[in-house]
Amino acid sequence: MSAITPPPFASRSLPRLEAREKVTGRIEYTHHLKLPGMLHGKIFRSTMPHAKIKSIDTTAAAALPGVYQVVTIDDIRKVIPNPYYGPAFHDQPILADGKVRFAGEPVAVVLAFDKKIAEEAAGLITAEYEELPAVFDEIEAMTAKVLVHDELKPAATFADLKYLKGKKGTNIALDYQLRRGDTEAAFARAEHVFEHTFRSQQVMHVPMEPFVSVADWQDGHLTLHTASQGPSFVRIEIARLLGLPENKVRVKVPYLGGGFGGKLYIKLEALVTALSMVAERPVKISLTMDEQFFMVTRHPCHFTIKSGLDASGKIIARHCEVIWNGGAYADIGPRVTQKAGFTSAGPYDIDNVTINSYAVYTNRPPCGALRGFGAPQTAWAYECHTDMIADALKMDRVEFRRKNMLREGRPQASGTPLRDAEIERAMDHVLDRMNWSAPFDRGSGNIKRGRGIGIGFKGITSPTTSVAIVNLNADGSCALYIGTVDMGQGSDTVMAQIAAQVLNLDPASIKVIHPDTDVTPYDMGTLGSRSTFHMGNAVRIAAEDAKQKIEVLARELGLPQGANLPLVDMMKQKYGMQAGNIIGTGTYLADYEKPDAQGQTTKGTPFWGVGAAGAEVEIDIETGAIKVTKLVNVADVGVALNPKAVQQQLSGAGIMQLGFTLTENMVFRDGQLTNGSLADYKIPTLLDMPKSFINEHVPNAYDAHGPFGAKGGGESTTIALSPAIGNAVADALGIRIYDLPITPEAIFRAMQEAKGAPLEEDA
Amino acid sequence: MSTSRTIQFTLNGRPATADIAANETIVDMLTNRFELRGARESCGQGLCGCCTVTVDGMAVSGCLSLAWFLDGKSVETVEALSKGGVLDPVQEAFIEAGAFQCGFCTPGFIMMVRQLLDAHPDPDEDEVRHYLTGNLCRCSAYPEIMDAVKLAAAKRKRASAA
Repeated sequence: MSAITPPPFASRSLPRLEAREKVTGRIEYTHHLKLPGMLHGKIFRSTMPHAKIKSIDTTAAAALPGVYQVVTIDDIRKVIPNPYYGPAFHDQPILADGKVRFAGEPVAVVLAFDKKIAEEAAGLITAEYEELPAVFDEIEAMTAKVLVHDELKPAATFADLKYLKGKKGTNIALDYQLRRGDTEAAFARAEHVFEHTFRSQQVMHVPMEPFVSVADWQDGHLTLHTASQGPSFVRIEIARLLGLPENKVRVKVPYLGGGFGGKLYIKLEALVTALSMVAERPVKISLTMDEQFFMVTRHPCHFTIKSGLDASGKIIARHCEVIWNGGAYADIGPRVTQKAGFTSAGPYDIDNVTINSYAVYTNRPPCGALRGFGAPQTAWAYECHTDMIADALKMDRVEFRRKNMLREGRPQASGTPLRDAEIERAMDHVLDRMNWSAPFDRGSGNIKRGRGIGIGFKGITSPTTSVAIVNLNADGSCALYIGTVDMGQGSDTVMAQIAAQVLNLDPASIKVIHPDTDVTPYDMGTLGSRSTFHMGNAVRIAAEDAKQKIEVLARELGLPQGANLPLVDMMKQKYGMQAGNIIGTGTYLADYEKPDAQGQTTKGTPFWGVGAAGAEVEIDIETGAIKVTKLVNVADVGVALNPKAVQQQLSGAGIMQLGFTLTENMVFRDGQLTNGSLADYKIPTLLDMPKSFINEHVPNAYDAHGPFGAKGGGESTTIALSPAIGNAVADALGIRIYDLPITPEAIFRAMQEAKGAPLEEDA
Repeated sequence: MSTSRTIQFTLNGRPATADIAANETIVDMLTNRFELRGARESCGQGLCGCCTVTVDGMAVSGCLSLAWFLDGKSVETVEALSKGGVLDPVQEAFIEAGAFQCGFCTPGFIMMVRQLLDAHPDPDEDEVRHYLTGNLCRCSAYPEIMDAVKLAAAKRKRASAA
């Protein structure tokens, strides 16, 4: 792409608009919200992974002084007759309905004015269960007799899921298929065929502000205050549940203490709504950190990848079998299955591709969106596979990638051509920062050193819409009304920069009005790296609309061209006093074409997320202890509108993915989570940050469809990091790790196995 | 169920009194009785540092410490650091270095960095990493937090030289 001169206002590394409130601690989170007369709810949870509920005894809890009410599904049915919800399937009951499907599922709720009394009372509830056989493993679930749901209940919102309606006798919630070329014939003529299987584990978002929602039902209309990434969807789904028009449901979202994809779609909102209707009072539920592990998690993934190559080392066929363990409720798992399935053959130019991607129900906590939307799990497989093929063919790992890389204008497996996606430049940037061509110290004694790279990409959820309103007050001050949720990524600041760029204002002077569905227009959600691109375009269009209206006003007032009269003076001339508004509106819907039955489309994604990573590791072969001594993350974000905010996204996503690569793992025993607290589930600390840690975006990149050339970058560095480390471990030891996380124990076990002296599995 | 007791203590430099239940933690008390938002409960186990406040000058986890024992003591929260719109040098450094994203852990970090710089005015990188390892940031603004500590140390030095 040609070099772009960054626009003056939009490109500054402006500090966050809300920076002062964040350092003084005065910023608003739902966490702190109190309403007059508000009750606190405490959830009583299932201890069984799969069971019929024989009885629930709430007597002792209800009798505890200070308890307002104990609520079960029977109470909820009186206010919401069909209490099932979900973005893809209406499969999740607001409270367990005769059956529990994972250990930790909400069964009853105690309401009390005092949170501690509610907690104490929840401990007094007992339930009797008739245990059912359960299924936890995604491969088993594909063919198991144990059924998590008796019948599939797809939501009508996704047209492509309608065929699943009423389907029985299966745990497969969705089967996504992509066919390109003739894979079988290509495998038949291939010179070399390689097949490997990789697994990713179940992990959790761990937002520091745990899930929290407050509902206030008053005489036929509802106000929800919630830590949500998707207020518009919350409104639509709650309105559906209650049979109300959208304008009777108001959803307000202040700042979020982290989201990472967890706080999307419907989480606690349906429950607090039902409780507020039952109790006829405002109700708040704040989860504890431990309870967050039962809310939503990231899919474990089992990916078998098979490639056929010709004699020159060109990949001519690829078969991807990707199985996603979705847990007990589908949440947005079917979309993860589709979206990550779509790019699971990797950023390579392959003429013959078959992809089967399955969303499977099991008796685990539900899985949904988490930063990267499945792309990191698929890249873990395809990029380890890439190194393994290169090594087997005795080809250089970098040159093998170059030979097969998908390039600008070439169709990806879906038929959508690659556009404005700097895959090769991202890889080259990583190689440069890794000093790849310099001699590499391989360690000595018990310390073995290795290095590896990975590249990856992702498609963006489509078609989705964002709407923005720019309001210029009579004094010329500007407010921006948008449904994008600032959960730490800095969207308020970047959106203000975009509006400021068009209107020639100081971005720091613009007020960003936070999501309030009574006030701010529709936005599909703050998710999947879509906001800078979609909402950014909507804001740009809205600001241009406002600008045009100012020009119309100037003509109406008979002002000479280029008069540049301050708006306040124009408004005074027009209205005879300081009055009125200039309102600009903008709607953005990305160009999209629905895939055909073979999964083929020329417009499958509005832009491509691109990430590349490089890692150097040190391994102590006596203990398996691993240290990442150098980590390089590079992403193509188009033009970085706020370079500082971009860099924070790249490094933050990288460290999060480092946790998912090395330490984080939800460990289950008989369906019971055994490490659901920060004491046992280890997220990265300052000590885990690699000593050499480089995060950069590809310079002079440009997305022709993005606002001022920008595109999303919140997920790109999650994609290629795990395989870069896995490849570095293989480079150090000559041993391949197939399952995440790469713990010292996993390394030690793999080394023992390679020696022919495998350790026994834990009992 | 729980008995209560009246305690008298100093909160951010002002005398304070509260009737405290036996099971009430410092963060409960600050949030519910004094409407202070800076110390926040997150992990509830003293592992994340989001609820860090100082008691008689020592940083404690507000989610683990019972408010009852504050009687006669002096408590300081992040709200005490900025006066008349003027920020503490550590707060300024956090803004300048961009040392936060969502901001939920930020007050805890700021309280801990102040204590770090009181004890080690010129800490090296390892000291900083070890000292702050009990504060978790899931947005992982760690590189910028390292920068902020360096910046804050320089600001403090300048201020004390002036």
